[in-house]
Amino acid sequence: MTLEAFADTIVPGERRSPDDRAVAGAAEGPGAVAAGAVELLRTPATGIHTDLPVLADMLNEHARAYADQHGLTLDPGVPAFVALAFEDRTALVRSLVAPGHPEKDAWVLLALFSNMAFDTAAHMHTRDALAEGHPGLLAMGLMEPSPDGLWRFPAYSYGRRLADVHPDTTPSGSPR
Amino acid sequence: MSSVERTDVLVVGSGFGGAIAAYHLAAGGARVVVLERGPWLESREFEHDFKLGSSYTRIFDFVVGDGMSVLGGNCVGGGSVVYFAAMPRAPRFVFDRQGSIGRRIWPKGISRDTLEPWYDRVAEALPVTGQDWNEVTYAGGLWAAACAHAGLTANPVPVAVDNDKCTNCNWMMAGCRFDAKRSLLFNYLPAALAHGAEIRPLHEVQRLTRTDDGGYRVHYNVIDDEDYRIHTASGTIDAKIVVLAAGAGATPVILQRSEADLGKMPHAVGRYFSGNGERLNTAVIDEDRVREVLGLSREGGLAYAANQIGRGPVVANWDRLDGDLPEFSRFSLEQLYFPPGLGTILAQAPDAEDAGAPTWFGVRKKEMLRRWQSWLTIFIMSEDDNEGVFGPPPATGNAMRISQQMLGRGNLRYSPTLNTARGWAEADAAVREILERDGLAKVRPWTNDLVGAYTVHPLASCRIGDDPATSALDDRHELRGHPGIFVTDGSAVPTGLTVNPAMTIAALAERAMPAIVRAAQERGIPVRYGAPAPDGATSARRAVEPLVPGMIRG
Repeated sequence: MTLEAFADTIVPGERRSPDDRAVAGAAEGPGAVAAGAVELLRTPATGIHTDLPVLADMLNEHARAYADQHGLTLDPGVPAFVALAFEDRTALVRSLVAPGHPEKDAWVLLALFSNMAFDTAAHMHTRDALAEGHPGLLAMGLMEPSPDGLWRFPAYSYGRRLADVHPDTTPSGSPR
Repeated sequence: MSSVERTDVLVVGSGFGGAIAAYHLAAGGARVVVLERGPWLESREFEHDFKLGSSYTRIFDFVVGDGMSVLGGNCVGGGSVVYFAAMPRAPRFVFDRQGSIGRRIWPKGISRDTLEPWYDRVAEALPVTGQDWNEVTYAGGLWAAACAHAGLTANPVPVAVDNDKCTNCNWMMAGCRFDAKRSLLFNYLPAALAHGAEIRPLHEVQRLTRTDDGGYRVHYNVIDDEDYRIHTASGTIDAKIVVLAAGAGATPVILQRSEADLGKMPHAVGRYFSGNGERLNTAVIDEDRVREVLGLSREGGLAYAANQIGRGPVVANWDRLDGDLPEFSRFSLEQLYFPPGLGTILAQAPDAEDAGAPTWFGVRKKEMLRRWQSWLTIFIMSEDDNEGVFGPPPATGNAMRISQQMLGRGNLRYSPTLNTARGWAEADAAVREILERDGLAKVRPWTNDLVGAYTVHPLASCRIGDDPATSALDDRHELRGHPGIFVTDGSAVPTGLTVNPAMTIAALAERAMPAIVRAAQERGIPVRYGAPAPDGATSARRAVEPLVPGMIRG
């Protein structure tokens, strides 16, 4: 739940149900969580899948400290980071990934994979992701491949000269 | 009976520097072994798939340092398999660069004129060709039209691509499935194999030690083919000559790790790293304005919306490659496709900062992602100040590997000088001036806050030069104080080039060959210089023949 809330801070989405706590509902359409961020983080290929419980604990500790600093009372029924409002989650994540933060590497990694879940569905074969209507790839408008699973774009050019070339250009097209 | 494995020449890495060396030395008669840390993939294994573990993540490395991250090839064929095949020659002024040391950095023997015949050898080998406007993609055409609208020029970029085979799939970084990209898998490497060279993939060189006969012992680990963090074996090979071409992010690390055995390395090993002054700007195009202002339209009633279509950089603006301008203010602006997954996160939402919102994540960034097909990426290659320094080497390889593949943490430190920062700012402003004119787009540079600056063209970490204080190699690419070790990859290139560097890396490697062959002869290896192009063509060889005696020491 904590990792879902982190991923939702990176690519926010709409709540999966009215009582969804991890997803804050800050943006329309599915976000990183619906795109499979936690599935991707749990993939051994990431190399951080065994670190996730520790990272979640650290994030909740930071959330408690943040709440103390800002005089916030957290709902004890959910992990501390989940209990933060979206704006506070955002502010906390900004501080954790800022240059100079001693744990920056770890939080940037989490952010990278959360984003990758949305923009590439890196835990799935891309063909399968498209066939299943992966929300990130759909949102970005990734076009469908040919039936053999490979992309080809026979139309690709405006087909006309659109600028003058630089006067100091060699015949093969290099600068002089 | 000794179990020590021996060869004449051991080449580390199979990218441009390694493949060219392997070919010439094998064709000349030497026994050559190439150790490549990455896997050996064939065309049918180059996948159109973003899944972790596909060719997209198997064949390159992304190493995060302090202030600079490096994206490089990690497979047989090295950078040539993952690059975008843009092959411009470096502009004339580059060879006169002084940087902040205040005197010419390049060896006096190298200029654009003297390098030209070696460029020609590469152009014949791959081959490299110009592109006409019918071959220019929508993204390249849009960039050209925007440049023209701003009163500037724009050039189709010379490429090592067979456009007749290209499907404009934009999966070049995963390896070309259609054999359109003229990587080293189609020229130097098969020719080297035909002459008896042996290529061993998944062999990561760790260090060199000296042998009693004046040669070198190369120590390597064998890497698991799925989880690169796992070493399955280790071994050594003795060689009379070693050619290091592991890439500018790895060659100096191998030498640093070897220092305890080989003795003191030149001061410049692992210093003066250049990121080629690189930087990316992401524009979100206003489709209506492109139609109205530039008069562009394509099939389906669209104006652009073609970020996914194409093949890397096709068109560049070279108006600022002007030798009359002061150093650090010259740059090229090249349209580029950068695939999602690797860099999308670094793109900044144009209006977020003004609203006090995060720029690279959050609600506004998500809105930017929804317009991804209308993104146009502009790649800046400017004059940086060779600021990068490698810290102590990691335990193995060139980075502490984090993921099974692709992602690692390295020891490169890069803090841009005011010169570099000013150059970036001028180039950023130029991109903005072109693309925000008349409301065509909103554009912002990638953020350096996450993983530092970002280069796909690491250079100069073990550079050639005439001054022993600031160059690790002499102008024949031999490591100072360690005869018989040569470096022929991007680490030997002494400065950023303001254009894509593959052509210059390859030309310098070609130029280095006569001296390496001579050094091999002096160590008793029966080898001759003079191989034709890999396909047997000879015109470029004839052109360099008169130059060869001057390339040989003594």
